[in-house]
Amino acid sequence: MSAALLLLRREMALSWNGGGGPLLACGFLLSLAVIVPLGAGPRLDQLANLAPGLVWLALSLASLLTLERLFERDFEDGTLDLLALGRLPDEGVVALKALAHWLTLGLPLAAMTLPVGISLGLAPSQLPLLALTAAIGALAFSATGALGAALAIGARKGGLLIAVIVLPLFLPPVIFGAGALVAQAEGRSPAPALALLFACALVAVVIGVLAGAAGLRGSRT
Amino acid sequence: MFGLANPDRFMRVTRPLVGPLWVIAAVLLAVGTVWAFRVPEDALQGDTVRILFIHVPAASLGLAVYASLGLSCLFYLIFRHSLADAAARAAVLPGAAFTGLALITGALWGQPMWGTWWVWDARLTSMLVLFLLYIAYAVLRGAFDDEGRGARAASVLGLVGLINLPIVKFSVDWWNTLHQPASLLRAGGTSLDPAYLWPLLTMMAAYLALFLAVWLTAIRTEVVRRRVLALKSRRAREGAHG
Amino acid sequence: MDIESGSQNAGAGMIRLTLDGLAVRRGERRLFDGLNLTVSPGEAVALTGANGAGKSSLLRAIAGLLTPEAGVVRFEQDGEGLDPEVARTRHLHLIGHQDGFRSGRTAREELAFQVGWCGGGPDGIDVAVRALGLEGLMDLEVRRLSAGQRRRLALARLLAAPRPVWLLDEPLSPLDARWRAEVGRLMQAHLTDGGILLAAVHDPLPIPARTCEIGGTA
Repeated sequence: MSAALLLLRREMALSWNGGGGPLLACGFLLSLAVIVPLGAGPRLDQLANLAPGLVWLALSLASLLTLERLFERDFEDGTLDLLALGRLPDEGVVALKALAHWLTLGLPLAAMTLPVGISLGLAPSQLPLLALTAAIGALAFSATGALGAALAIGARKGGLLIAVIVLPLFLPPVIFGAGALVAQAEGRSPAPALALLFACALVAVVIGVLAGAAGLRGSRT
Repeated sequence: MFGLANPDRFMRVTRPLVGPLWVIAAVLLAVGTVWAFRVPEDALQGDTVRILFIHVPAASLGLAVYASLGLSCLFYLIFRHSLADAAARAAVLPGAAFTGLALITGALWGQPMWGTWWVWDARLTSMLVLFLLYIAYAVLRGAFDDEGRGARAASVLGLVGLINLPIVKFSVDWWNTLHQPASLLRAGGTSLDPAYLWPLLTMMAAYLALFLAVWLTAIRTEVVRRRVLALKSRRAREGAHG
Repeated sequence: MDIESGSQNAGAGMIRLTLDGLAVRRGERRLFDGLNLTVSPGEAVALTGANGAGKSSLLRAIAGLLTPEAGVVRFEQDGEGLDPEVARTRHLHLIGHQDGFRSGRTAREELAFQVGWCGGGPDGIDVAVRALGLEGLMDLEVRRLSAGQRRRLALARLLAAPRPVWLLDEPLSPLDARWRAEVGRLMQAHLTDGGILLAAVHDPLPIPARTCEIGGTA
């Protein structure tokens, strides 16, 4: 089995193992979805305005919460050193960890946005686009998140630090993802926004992998 | 040792520059401020348009300083020259200060016109993101006990921020056209009365001189600090063996 | 114990390691400098020195996980220079204090990952499990293993995915006398096959080895 597949399988197994990774994130998303109407009032027409923004907020937060675990445990127990001794270069390691993060968290979260979207008053016709943009956006979040997690390896205040590093970089996918939904709601084509979202994800993957590998190298002392 | 590769040359070259830079900055600031007050007021905005003379240079400098920070980070990543890291670090406070000033003056400028203290238009929102990028760099830089580690990690982030800056700016502009047709700076941004141009340029030059003065001073201070540190640790080691 | 290390090592050319004026710094502190050392095929070196003196850092520097402040780490294979990157990813094993095992996973799963990552396969795993007395433990979760058993599991990849350079950080400390002797025999077999070994230790190695004291300036 190639090294890449080996790592991917392990990452995914670990993610499902320790505390049912996707279940946790989906639970978080649902909890947020409950808090919002309780805070802002239950009128669906009001909520529907806010719904795209809320879903994206929840998506980015849920991604952030799981990022600290991406490299920190491996750093602490010596796995990162072992990974450096294999044939997969640092860029590959970062890419695969980000991919595993997306597969085990991003995609389930994207699926979860469907019931959340309904509960927040989004029209059912918008749901496919919601799930699609969430899936692509989650890929951008995983890649950018991996970059932040790699840079912050070994730092104190890891979780908050990663959030501060990464949030400015989360903005473009949020803007284009929510923008696609707004465009569709107003009867225009969501295609331009969707294309821009896709481009963001691509850029995020490239920069995330390259800069994340630099972060990995920097963590070795 | 975590020393600077060619600090002596840097110190020699910059020593005669710093003093005059401070003087130039002070002079330009004085001239620019006086001029800003003597310029006739705008037909629509009245006296408050004068805030433009603080806001616009501050915003431009905030951006330019981040570009310098990003470039310093690039040099550090390529050449591992700790002078580059010192330069990046020294740029954070001035850059964040300029950006913060731009945000505050932007709010002050908007209040009389729009009745609110903050407006989510493209310009201000981008400025806010820029401010966040400065904070992110500063926080990461200081998050490690090992300074070298902090320098390496933060320089990657600084460079990534620089690359992402146009993307973020573009996305915020795009978002702005989607949600808000009116812009805070539309009145002052499109065509500038020539009477405003020269005082504006003077203020920009003043801010630039001020930044260079602050920046060089901060880098020189950093060089001295590291020399003192190296000296102390060498003394400590000699003391242990002697 | 006889292990077929000869046939497994076939194709891995002998490697000579040279350290030239090596200096390593940790944070603000210089751990050592001017270290010169040559390790030829079949040789073992025991690194001694106080705790924190830099033995672990030296091993990491040789493995390429740590950039030395000065000096060079040189690998030669069959007389030709070997790229350190290639050496790190194909020709050396670094086994440190931490074993990288996740406590909730089984020994078999974790070893399979480590061995697969280093290029070995199921046959190698069988050999290693037999040689290190790990039969019967493989289906247990790692958290149920004793310290000695975990250490033997960590050392298993040396046999399951053979590589000529062994960099070991206190390999024998949690092992009892019987297993110390046994691992010593495995080390000797490795040297006989032309491999090299550097081990950071507090007690003498069970095999003949040169000693190199780390700590202080050269």
